[in-house]
Amino acid sequence: MQGFLTLFRKELVRFWKVAFQTVAAPVLTALMYQLIFSHVLSRHVEAYPGVSYTAFLIPGLAMMSMAQNAFANSSSSLIQSKITGNIVFLLLPPLTALEFFGAYLLASIVRGVVVGAGVLLVTAWFGLPLPSHPLWVLSFAILGCGVLGTLGVIAGIWAEKFDQLAAFQNFLIMPLTFLSGVFYSINSLPPFWYVVSHVNPVFFMIDGFRYGFFGQADVSPWLSLSVVGGSFILLSGLALWLIKSGYKLRH
Amino acid sequence: MASAIEIKAVSKRYGALQALDDVSITVEPGEFFALLGPNGAGKTTLISAMAGLSRPDSGSIRIMGHDVIRDFRAARMSLGVVPQELVFDPFLSVRETLRFQSGYFGLTRNDDWIDELLSKLGLADKANVNLRALSGGMKRRVMVAQALVHRPPVMVLDEPTAGVDVELRQSLWSFVKELNEAGHTIVLTTHYLEEAEALCNRIAMLKRGKLVALESKDKLLQHGKEREVALKLGGPLPGSLLPRKVREEDGRIVLKLADIAQLEHVLAALREAGVAVRELNVIEVDLESVFVNMMHGGQV
Ligand SMILES: Nc1ncnc2c1ncn2[C@@H]1O[C@H](COP(=O)(O)OP(=O)(O)OP(=O)(O)O)[C@@H](O)[C@H]1O
Ligand SMILES: [Mg+2]
Repeated sequence: MQGFLTLFRKELVRFWKVAFQTVAAPVLTALMYQLIFSHVLSRHVEAYPGVSYTAFLIPGLAMMSMAQNAFANSSSSLIQSKITGNIVFLLLPPLTALEFFGAYLLASIVRGVVVGAGVLLVTAWFGLPLPSHPLWVLSFAILGCGVLGTLGVIAGIWAEKFDQLAAFQNFLIMPLTFLSGVFYSINSLPPFWYVVSHVNPVFFMIDGFRYGFFGQADVSPWLSLSVVGGSFILLSGLALWLIKSGYKLRH
Repeated sequence: MASAIEIKAVSKRYGALQALDDVSITVEPGEFFALLGPNGAGKTTLISAMAGLSRPDSGSIRIMGHDVIRDFRAARMSLGVVPQELVFDPFLSVRETLRFQSGYFGLTRNDDWIDELLSKLGLADKANVNLRALSGGMKRRVMVAQALVHRPPVMVLDEPTAGVDVELRQSLWSFVKELNEAGHTIVLTTHYLEEAEALCNRIAMLKRGKLVALESKDKLLQHGKEREVALKLGGPLPGSLLPRKVREEDGRIVLKLADIAQLEHVLAALREAGVAVRELNVIEVDLESVFVNMMHGGQV
């Protein structure tokens, strides 16, 4: 337990020491998306009845930033430790697979949630209502970051070089987060993209998160919860198994 | 009482390469043990297997009686390893590094011991300096401290003196000797026979993954006294010295000496025969040939 707490704290220190880059920068990026898209699209789109496009956009942007940063936290920490070799200091102590995974996971969730809160804070004045279901908001924030933090652990263990990790990020994480209904309601999509969106777990994170704010969404929050929760359980199982087997960490 | 380290028939392949080939070694508590061998012999691979950093294909390893795979928590609590590669976390200061390392071993209030380690290793004034700003030798000391945060009964140092100046080498050895006298079991790898000789009570030699020798120091010291002398002579080698001749290279005759004192005997024989000595070079016999000769039962 102490080992887990220590690694968790170290992971927090790691991103907090460079908070300008790990928190402030993504918040600024989200703010720019908000400014540009709400300016371009607000007159043309009404996402849900009674919900302006600018308000609709905010939770999506927040969740997208959370997802990307939760992924970045665990994956970049692991690959840096592997490439510099200091991961050995985590492999020599008696940490269990669960402690190891839990620490990276929780730190990713904290980073994601801090970034998400920052995004909500700077964009709220575009007309975000107070959440109608705060518990849904919290659940999807934590679970969403959990899924992406776990994916980050898997990617960080698997990748041997920075460019492999970049490929994972550019060809999997970015499309998943962008093609997820951040910028639109998927009911407005042509049938093909409508189906594609429905196999993307990030869509369900955003949709459920949005439901927490507006009380309405494209699908039921319970469906979203099952998809996101199911993905989390599956991916954590995989991550734990990789760590336990020593895959790419212990030859 | 359980052995400090019990390595039983450990083998490990990397692809076609047999990195460890049926290695068995037992080290008793309190021993100061040296693991020697040329580059690529498998020393680091063996240490990695002890530490659980790599998994042997077959065989088993116990540290203080704890199997390093089945009972990995107890085994790792008993073991401190200083890795061969110089690695550090560039985000942290020396003290942070040691505090975090203590935490990974489950220790929260470890500052007294950390302070002691810092002062023993001459790092007290660097405690709050970022690792990035330390010299290589300083980083090496931090790694030694990291291996000791949990006061492991068994400590393994993988070439701790590579790239380290004479002063640090000496202070490091006196520190490690102190640990040994306090009851810690020490295993080290080195390329320097003198180091092994001066410190260790037993020495093992690996070559291409095989254990080629396992000897007590006393036995080794006898072999270690062996010298060769290369001579350029003004005349033919006297017959009385012929049995000593091992080879001839670039017009020099190389003779074998059981120890350096025999040089006098050689010179006396040359003087008696009236053969002038143009050049004389004493060659330290390298450890490897000593060991290999020993292995082949050759007299040395
Ligand atoms: N991860 C690995 N993958 C493939 N081959 C490896 C790996 N680690 C070590 N080897 C090979 O195993 C052999 C033994 O290497 P090892 O590092 O154990 O040697 P060593 O005795 O420590 O040498 P040195 O004195 O240079 O440190 C070498 O031929 C090395 O190339
Ligand atoms: Mg080595």
